[in-house]
Amino acid sequence: MSGFAVILQILFNGIMLGIQYSMIAVGFTLFRGVLNVLNFSHGDVFMVGAFVSMTLIGAFGVMSATGFTYIGMIIIIFLLSMLIVGIIGVVFERLAVKPVSKGPVTMSLLATLGLGIAIREAVRLFYPRGGESKKFPELFHKLFEGTKGAFEFSGVIFRYENILFLIIGVVVVLVLAFFINKTKMGLAIRAVAQDGECALMMGVNKDLIIDVTFLIGSALAALAAILYGLYYNTVVFDMGALMGVIGLSAAVVGGLGNIYGAIIGGFVFSLTEALSAAFIPRGSEFMDVVAFAVVILFLIFRPSGILGEKVFERV
Amino acid sequence: MQKSVKIITSILLLLLVVSLVSFNVGCTKKEKQVVKLGFIGPLTGKYAKMGLGGLNSFKLAVKQWNESGKNKYVYEVVSFDDEGVPQKGVEVATKACSDPEIIAVAAHYNSMVAIATTDVFHKFGVVNVVWGAVLPSITYGNDYPEVCRVNGTQVEQNEANAQLVVDKLGFKKFAIIYDTTDYGRGHLQYFKEALARRGITPIAEEGIVIDQKDFTTVLTKIKALNPEVIYFGGLTPEGVNIKLQMDKLGIKAQFLGTSGIKSDDFNNALGEHAEGVICMLDGAPVEKLPGGKEFMEAYNKAGYQEPPEAYGPFAYCAANILMRAIEKVGPDRAKVIEEVNKTDYEDIIGKIHFNEYGQNDVPLATPYVSQDGQWVPWDDSLYAKGERVLPGIAYREGKEWVNPYKKP
Repeated sequence: MSGFAVILQILFNGIMLGIQYSMIAVGFTLFRGVLNVLNFSHGDVFMVGAFVSMTLIGAFGVMSATGFTYIGMIIIIFLLSMLIVGIIGVVFERLAVKPVSKGPVTMSLLATLGLGIAIREAVRLFYPRGGESKKFPELFHKLFEGTKGAFEFSGVIFRYENILFLIIGVVVVLVLAFFINKTKMGLAIRAVAQDGECALMMGVNKDLIIDVTFLIGSALAALAAILYGLYYNTVVFDMGALMGVIGLSAAVVGGLGNIYGAIIGGFVFSLTEALSAAFIPRGSEFMDVVAFAVVILFLIFRPSGILGEKVFERV
Repeated sequence: MQKSVKIITSILLLLLVVSLVSFNVGCTKKEKQVVKLGFIGPLTGKYAKMGLGGLNSFKLAVKQWNESGKNKYVYEVVSFDDEGVPQKGVEVATKACSDPEIIAVAAHYNSMVAIATTDVFHKFGVVNVVWGAVLPSITYGNDYPEVCRVNGTQVEQNEANAQLVVDKLGFKKFAIIYDTTDYGRGHLQYFKEALARRGITPIAEEGIVIDQKDFTTVLTKIKALNPEVIYFGGLTPEGVNIKLQMDKLGIKAQFLGTSGIKSDDFNNALGEHAEGVICMLDGAPVEKLPGGKEFMEAYNKAGYQEPPEAYGPFAYCAANILMRAIEKVGPDRAKVIEEVNKTDYEDIIGKIHFNEYGQNDVPLATPYVSQDGQWVPWDDSLYAKGERVLPGIAYREGKEWVNPYKKP
């Protein structure tokens, strides 16, 4: 394996992580846009996504299905998990996020932090043997049966399922961009983000828009969770805590409030982690230290992030 | 006058008889004194399986004593959950020691927890027979008579490890991955020392943080160095992820672990990916000892939900050591400490003898290999018999390795 191949492999692995980070970061950015809150329970909604999809995979008996039913089931499980977690996200928003969003920042901060801990502990206590790490089923296993599951290009291993993740990631970003920029609902979301009261006067149903935004953000977290489960093959009740902080950091690095910024931020974070693990001596011990140090540097020298928040003067 | 004396004397005699009889009845009916024993281990969280296996085994020993009829005291187990977290361990150890009814404790699976609580047991003057943590300095790093250990340490494990993979199997290029806790660093140190005695320097040393999920970068770096063996000094959760990601990256090397991955969980989580992995465990294989077979039978009969796991037999022996001491000197914390330090007898894990550090110094570690989803003692395995080839050996000879895993 040449030095170039090592770098290439590390970059490819970093991109895999970047997809997951981006999906979570987008949620932070969306919520911040329509409600002006930092939703700290988002990481735990992500974790719920993993447990919901894992339960669905078991309930559907996907692993014993074959042919088109198998592929159909995979698609249904992706969509159903996203829908269920989306609805859960909306319920949480109505319960604990929106009611406190008008108060001081500390209120929403505490409320969402508390909500996150409550979700985490509920899964630990009420999911069967919830405190242990769970094996996430290898959902795509059968798609590549008979093949080696990967191809090698000058020493770099590209796994088919990872390429599939990449495709899913790109498709989701394109769909999201289309939705936000080209549809009426997307326009309404942007309007609420710019100026809620003004949007209200223009006839936008603000409460509905907030619900839709939380539905989308939470559904994306569920998608990230499925990819996470498939990539690492294990999920655990407290996996959302660190992922939540990483997602928020990615959103801030990219420019909080900017969807493309969140995506770029996700990749910046993951590649910083990967490259610091690779090139700093004993770097794998310190990769989180380096990555979060980068976040702090951004906060100091470029607080508006890479792309910068789209700030509109409020009347 | 004489009559009244007679009456009074007879009444007194009657009273005496009645009181003697009732005293006798009271004596035979009187319950044996209850003595509480503390058990501490990770009962929830990532290491819960190891902790519950230990607790069940501990309870089994207590149950057997209580049912034996030969016991002077009735024993009761009070269990505490350290979650495998040092702070939590100190908290529950303090709680256990603060209860004056708890005479002795068997505590900890995780080395980083056990090292954190040594001072607590010393301060309170309560004996703790460690049943699962393997970091040498838990016993060797202090002169506390309160802290003893029934299982072996990383020193013996890593020597046995090197004996197998270097002396017997002839591997020479080692990459070491360790978790950055005291436990992982201990493995790094003692495995390196064992290699150094054989004139080998590892080609890579990479530390990883526990709870980390992604090891692809570390593994990619290691892959570029073409090691014959990847040694992992750490526990099951990270071990599972490293082995899986190693296979996903197509790294052609032998995976070698320690007692940290010797759990049924490792095999269950990895399925066919576990095949051909080598690990170590202190002591002789319990299945082979005459007492071990009875232990397994009694364990299965008791109907516990979880298997005893690697350190169950040690927890079982820890309970026996504590109860033997209490039977002899009575439920007195100070005397029990003294008595436990004199431990020297045969139990299901073989001879147990505590040296001046309170460490069981019967130096023995057995290598195991994962075969069809089971940990099989190396000498009994199809790999030792030559019917199967280890992945590391096939790769070393430049051949493709065909996984011989059969679903159990």
